[in-house]
Amino acid sequence: MSETTDPKAAVKSMLVAGDWSPEIVRQEVAALQHKPGALLPILHAIQDRVGYVPEDAVPIIAEMLQQTRADIHGVISFYHHFRTHPSGSNLLEVCRAEACQARGGRALERHVQKRLNVGYHDTTADNEFTLVPVYCLGNCACGPSIRVNNDIIGRVTSQKFDQLVDALTTSVLQLK
Amino acid sequence: MTTTIYVPCDTTALSLGADRVVQKLQQAADQKNIELHLIRNGSRGLFWLEPLVEVQTPYGRVAYGPVEPEQVDELVSAGLFDGNPEHPLFLGDISQHSYLQQQQRLTFARIGITDPICIEDYIAHGGFAGLKKAAALTTQGIVDEVKVSGLRGRGGAAFPAGIKWQTVLDEPQNQQKYVVCNADEGDSGTFADRLVMECDPYMLIEGMTIAGLAVGATLGFIYVRSEYLLSQKMLDEAIRRAEVLGYLGDNVCGNGRSFRLEVRLGAGAYICGEETSLLESLEGKRGLVRSKPPLPAIKGLFGQPTVVNNVLSLAAVPYIMAHGGKAYADYGMGRSLGTLPIQLAGNIKHGGLIELAFGASLRKVLEDFGGGTFTGRPMRAVQVGGPLMAYLPESQWDTPMDYEAFAKLGAGIGHGGVVAFDDTVDMGEQARFAMEFCAAESCGKCTPCRIGSVRGVEVIDRIRAGEHRDNNLILLQELCETMVDGSLCAMGGMTPFPVQSVMKHFPEDLMASSRPVEA
Ligand SMILES: Cc1cc2nc3c(=O)[nH]c(=O)nc-3n(C[C@H](O)[C@H](O)[C@H](O)COP(=O)(O)O)c2cc1C
Ligand code: SF4
Ligand code: FES
Repeated sequence: MSETTDPKAAVKSMLVAGDWSPEIVRQEVAALQHKPGALLPILHAIQDRVGYVPEDAVPIIAEMLQQTRADIHGVISFYHHFRTHPSGSNLLEVCRAEACQARGGRALERHVQKRLNVGYHDTTADNEFTLVPVYCLGNCACGPSIRVNNDIIGRVTSQKFDQLVDALTTSVLQLK
Repeated sequence: MTTTIYVPCDTTALSLGADRVVQKLQQAADQKNIELHLIRNGSRGLFWLEPLVEVQTPYGRVAYGPVEPEQVDELVSAGLFDGNPEHPLFLGDISQHSYLQQQQRLTFARIGITDPICIEDYIAHGGFAGLKKAAALTTQGIVDEVKVSGLRGRGGAAFPAGIKWQTVLDEPQNQQKYVVCNADEGDSGTFADRLVMECDPYMLIEGMTIAGLAVGATLGFIYVRSEYLLSQKMLDEAIRRAEVLGYLGDNVCGNGRSFRLEVRLGAGAYICGEETSLLESLEGKRGLVRSKPPLPAIKGLFGQPTVVNNVLSLAAVPYIMAHGGKAYADYGMGRSLGTLPIQLAGNIKHGGLIELAFGASLRKVLEDFGGGTFTGRPMRAVQVGGPLMAYLPESQWDTPMDYEAFAKLGAGIGHGGVVAFDDTVDMGEQARFAMEFCAAESCGKCTPCRIGSVRGVEVIDRIRAGEHRDNNLILLQELCETMVDGSLCAMGGMTPFPVQSVMKHFPEDLMASSRPVEA
């Protein structure tokens, strides 16, 4: 799940700790807490805005929803989608499910890990990519499929993947 | 002069460059001073032809595909804007294609033809006719029509929808009731729910509203998996527009009854496709499976009577109401009535969406529609119905697509996903993956599933390493039996099905040591 004990990730989360404030979390909770079963929408809203659900947001959410911290933490840790640490500049999801396996998905997974030199749930040393497994993107007739940030890409080959990585890393350099 | 061009906007077309095709087309049109009327239609579901570009000509809509962005300039030079047939990618009138001609599209009749978000387009193609009829009927009248149709839930369990609705209708009226649409579509190889939501969202809205009127529910939730952000976007916009025109809201179709809809996003948990786990998730909790009874129809969301149906079940309802339950029931065989949306995926040449009356053989689907494997190699195994279902060897491919016929094989149709594998597949790896997937996605409530799946991976690894092979095979068999018999829900209860099918039909692969990882 999104929990990581990687000390590098811990350092990263300290570095960007200024990206969020208790006020942001309070705003998001206040905007949604009237809804029945509001917790998932609230967590989505926080993650969409901050990039992850900061651990220090848990007591704030708990207090405002009048639930225990353990309740909130339990929900965050149950779902694969929620992260408690920031991801790299690009979130890269690789489909590991059967239909993609049938079209060379396993070989693509190995290529991706080798090219980026990371395993699942890890971020590359240059902080460009966080690699996450996903089980089906609904693009199963045109696999293997990956998702980069919010774009799904089909029929991914090793070459196509390398081109994509090059394009994403150079455009980021240009922006700087 | 204005030229009307259609370029699909569903996830698959986009994943193959449809947006860049649009850009290129616009540039080419600008250069030639042609005014483009660009319509982003849904996909017709012939995925090997995506991006499929259609041009409106005086003699009808003609198609080109698959169009890669790099080919657009060449196509335009070859007369694409005039529908010129002199190009290898020219396909003519796509609705005459044998892939479509051989289908019985009731639910997917409009898909790919219309602009998904354009409500006028929806209405012009028969949309809301079912809801208008339902709005004039009694609650019991609507439920009776669904019963006549013989519609069984398309989410996997194949439970009759009419009976479920009756149960909710029979609960006392003076309480809040809900309609929940299960749009979690977690099975690998399935995308029909996604196609409904992305390419014909009003059909789902119409189906849910009819369900709401039928059982006396005033609020509905669509639980969309977080991998389907485009579906969420499409639905949100469609709901907004349907409210403006009075198809949702306080006075549905002017009959004085109220129904509202809200889309909720899941968060990446396969088990939240299981209906009680989904309800827990909607309530803002961990998605732990509830034991039944009580049934969700009696105590569902927030403890209230709730209809939980799959997207395809609800999407079939507008047709049933518009044309009558009998018209629907006239398709199919035995107790499997109506049509089955089949999703052809994996290592297949012509993957896509096929809607057929129940009863066509699996081989027909693989050969007549699929056209063999994508790689051109011999096909070896087919998994029908998602990650919890059996792998079928060639000797079983003549089975008709019918719930009972598949059950007899110890297999299932599930949500209609068909995933093909060629002869390079390592079935030992597939068996191992079934256990690994369960270990990753188990809700953790009961031991056979939570611990059994972890042990399953270990035992398969020992078998493949040649360690005490005979004893470990017996152990694996027993472990599978324990999971089948001792699990609370079908996650742990069916994970053994793919594993057992590999033990039975592909034992040589299970025994072979895993292939060396090529660098
Ligand atoms: C592990 C598991 C996963 C499931 N996933 C889905 C799913 O993704 N979509 C779905 O509609 N039903 C899924 N189901 C079936 C639902 O529990 C339920 O039967 C269905 O939503 C009822 O709707 P229907 O009667 O219209 O099929 C799943 C069941 C189990 C046990
Ligand atoms: S079988 Fe698995 S997923 Fe189902 S209730 Fe038990 S632990 Fe949860
Ligand atoms: S299996 Fe990979 S997208 Fe469905």
